[in-house]
Amino acid sequence: MKRHDDFNERRSSLINLTDEELHNRFWQLSQQLVDPMIELARQHTTPSIERSVLLRMGASSIEASSIVGYAIANGVIGSGVGHCLIKVMNYYRLSLRETIEKCADESFFTLNFKSGGVLNENV
Amino acid sequence: MKTFDHKLDIEKILENLEDYVPRRRGWIWRKHVEHQKIGKFEYFDTSENLMTSVGLPASHAFDAIDPQPKAIITTEIASGRFEDDIRRMRMAAIHGADHMMVIRTAGQSHFDGLIEGTPQGVGGIPITRKQVRAQRKALDIIEDEVGRPINYHSYVSGVAGPEIATMFVEEGVNGAHQDPQYNILYRNINMVRSFVDAAESKTIMAYGNLAQIDGAHNANATAVEAWKVTPELLVQHAINTAFSIACGIDEKNICLSTVPPTAPPAPSVRMDLPYAIALRELFSHVKMRAQMNTKYMESSTREATVTHTLNLLISQLTSADIQSTITPDEGRNVPWHIYNIEAIDTAKQVFAGLDGINQYIKIDRTNQKLSKEIRELKERAILMMEEMIEVGGYFEAVSQGFFVDSGFYPQRNGDGIARKIDGGIGADTVYPRNCDYFAPVTAHFGLNHTNQYDLNKPSSIISGCTFEDRDKIIYIDELDDSDNVYLRLKETEVYRLGGIVKPEMEWQGDGVVLLTMFFPLSSDLAKAAALQCAKQMNLQEVEVIHVEVMHPVEGTRVEVKGKVPFDIDVRTLKTEPKPEILEEEVLKEEVRLRPYKIVSGTVGEDEHSVGLREIIDIKHGGIEKFGFECIYLGTSVALSKLVDAAIETSSEAILISTIISHDDVHYKNMRKLHDICVEKGVRDRLILIAGGTQVTPEIARVNGMDEGFGRKTKGQQVATFLVKHRKEVK
Repeated sequence: MKRHDDFNERRSSLINLTDEELHNRFWQLSQQLVDPMIELARQHTTPSIERSVLLRMGASSIEASSIVGYAIANGVIGSGVGHCLIKVMNYYRLSLRETIEKCADESFFTLNFKSGGVLNENV
Repeated sequence: MKTFDHKLDIEKILENLEDYVPRRRGWIWRKHVEHQKIGKFEYFDTSENLMTSVGLPASHAFDAIDPQPKAIITTEIASGRFEDDIRRMRMAAIHGADHMMVIRTAGQSHFDGLIEGTPQGVGGIPITRKQVRAQRKALDIIEDEVGRPINYHSYVSGVAGPEIATMFVEEGVNGAHQDPQYNILYRNINMVRSFVDAAESKTIMAYGNLAQIDGAHNANATAVEAWKVTPELLVQHAINTAFSIACGIDEKNICLSTVPPTAPPAPSVRMDLPYAIALRELFSHVKMRAQMNTKYMESSTREATVTHTLNLLISQLTSADIQSTITPDEGRNVPWHIYNIEAIDTAKQVFAGLDGINQYIKIDRTNQKLSKEIRELKERAILMMEEMIEVGGYFEAVSQGFFVDSGFYPQRNGDGIARKIDGGIGADTVYPRNCDYFAPVTAHFGLNHTNQYDLNKPSSIISGCTFEDRDKIIYIDELDDSDNVYLRLKETEVYRLGGIVKPEMEWQGDGVVLLTMFFPLSSDLAKAAALQCAKQMNLQEVEVIHVEVMHPVEGTRVEVKGKVPFDIDVRTLKTEPKPEILEEEVLKEEVRLRPYKIVSGTVGEDEHSVGLREIIDIKHGGIEKFGFECIYLGTSVALSKLVDAAIETSSEAILISTIISHDDVHYKNMRKLHDICVEKGVRDRLILIAGGTQVTPEIARVNGMDEGFGRKTKGQQVATFLVKHRKEVK
């Protein structure tokens, strides 16, 4: 879009604001722009977020990458990939490390989390 | 200053990295000392002195003081080899940098995951756990050496932000760039993905108490006319700030990356000031990271330094919590060691020089023109946000090219960076969280249904995540046998053993040297001549890196870089022996027992007398202090007059000072003085000494002097020579 500098016409709504009112308007608009993105972030996840969860659970970067990939392929990322690990850990009564190593095996992960798999409670 | 006898042992730093535990988490600010005396002077804008430091070149004339500004001083290090960067960090710290910003290798933003090991980078280093650990470990040693905490910093951006943020908290990294808008505009990463990732990254950074620097300044560097994007910059800062606060980052850790957009020959300070003030007024609750201008940097290091000095003036007149420095050679090559240090010294020098000036000089905020310009910028930014909301919000505005348009908003030139909402790298990788979504970790943003496991704290189900229990961290050493630090160190090992050395600008043993030349030729011919000259000097890989017209036909200044093809054997090098200096009491006693008379003066057509006065005057710690009787004949003294005076007064020595060195006149005068003494038959009983900034002791001796004294000589040193030499002659 091309537009000439029509600042003097546009500012008519701001011209009567005090400096303080202008300041408040600036921050009110910022908040208004950011709010929907915050809400979006609250309700969504991404491969990197899930990998970061697995790292914090004690997976290596290589394990985290593989496991998150399997979770996406099997459609269970929406439950949280860390959650998938908790399910494995509880169901098979494994240590956390054993769980991570097990889940880094694609066939194990798929067997458990494929559609209709024993641990797939996809909702 | 403490004496140093060891270089950092890089190999040792790399040992046992798997067991390294960082000392602390989070950012540390300098402590501003409101009013302190340093040396002879009062300061108002400084922080605590360093335990060990290297002062400005002129500091020796001021009792070797090294006042430290109150702002954190940043240096950006980006050679591509982290092991060489560690040495540069040590040099930077001792000059006053306490914020080491490590640039990432080209392409890391698009790397989907963490990189491991120590591969070599391009224009930066691949940020990996191993090299982060090694550098943080080295900085522990370095901060103990200088006596001030050093903040270590890199980037949380790209498509692996949350993972990098996690690794940074685990590894004690103290600060990071984080701004989803940077990903979107400059790295073409999908905008939805960027913001969703950013919420997690920021929450993690908040937990680790990292300082966050935003990315707005990149619009300055990208826009065609940088000063016209100022309304947009306010908007970019606002979006990242409001988003960060919503993610839990403490305001004291939110730092706005701001650059004075303009540079001379534009009337830059006047143009940049209204923006700097508008920004600081709107964002008075957060911190300022003042960056220096890069947009208008050419290959002249002098020009860059002057622009940067004006940028520092704006920092002083407004505020800066972090003062970033840009190396003056950034316009011509990946920064070299020496220019990191120059940039740090520029900041230190300017802040020292301007210390306390805000008490005398204030910005006239009531000035009508200034006031109007500030208000106008704020209004333009508000109008832009209003229009963004009108079109449907941030994402829609970006997709319509609202950002980095070269028009001064609301003017639009239609050349902004437009990105598709469903396009870019990482598009379609954002997934809704189900109603059973659960992440059993600390510092997680957004919905987390912990109630299904009846937990107060999500990570308690695994007895603590890596943030509480670092034993869970999996450390990977190397993944690539053909590209790692050990292979690189092997290649340069010979230069670390101390036997041989090569000149170096960037990497150990790179052999790079810089030559500055003037040719009485037009620029095209001068460039060719400079290349020819460097080749005949046997330099390899010669490249012209700077050309400046002195006159279209009378001549050109050219700077070339090249590599020397040889090593230098350190063991064969001869150094000037360190001058022996007798104790003050010993000198006084010697002169008391046997009174000592000397005559002195500045010779040649030379009116400089400061240097000689320093050597003689009692109040400057000169030789009078030890009891010498000094007959000072003044400036521009004829040599024969000095000799006659020495004979008449039965003096034992003549001290001449020579500043002017054109055509070696200083050495010619020394020779003449010697000859006159020989002629008059008094050479054997007179000690002849010459001093001056251009005097090399060895050459002075060749020209008939008993001794020569160069730059930085102190009276005690000359007194020692006089006393010892008299003994030897006797």
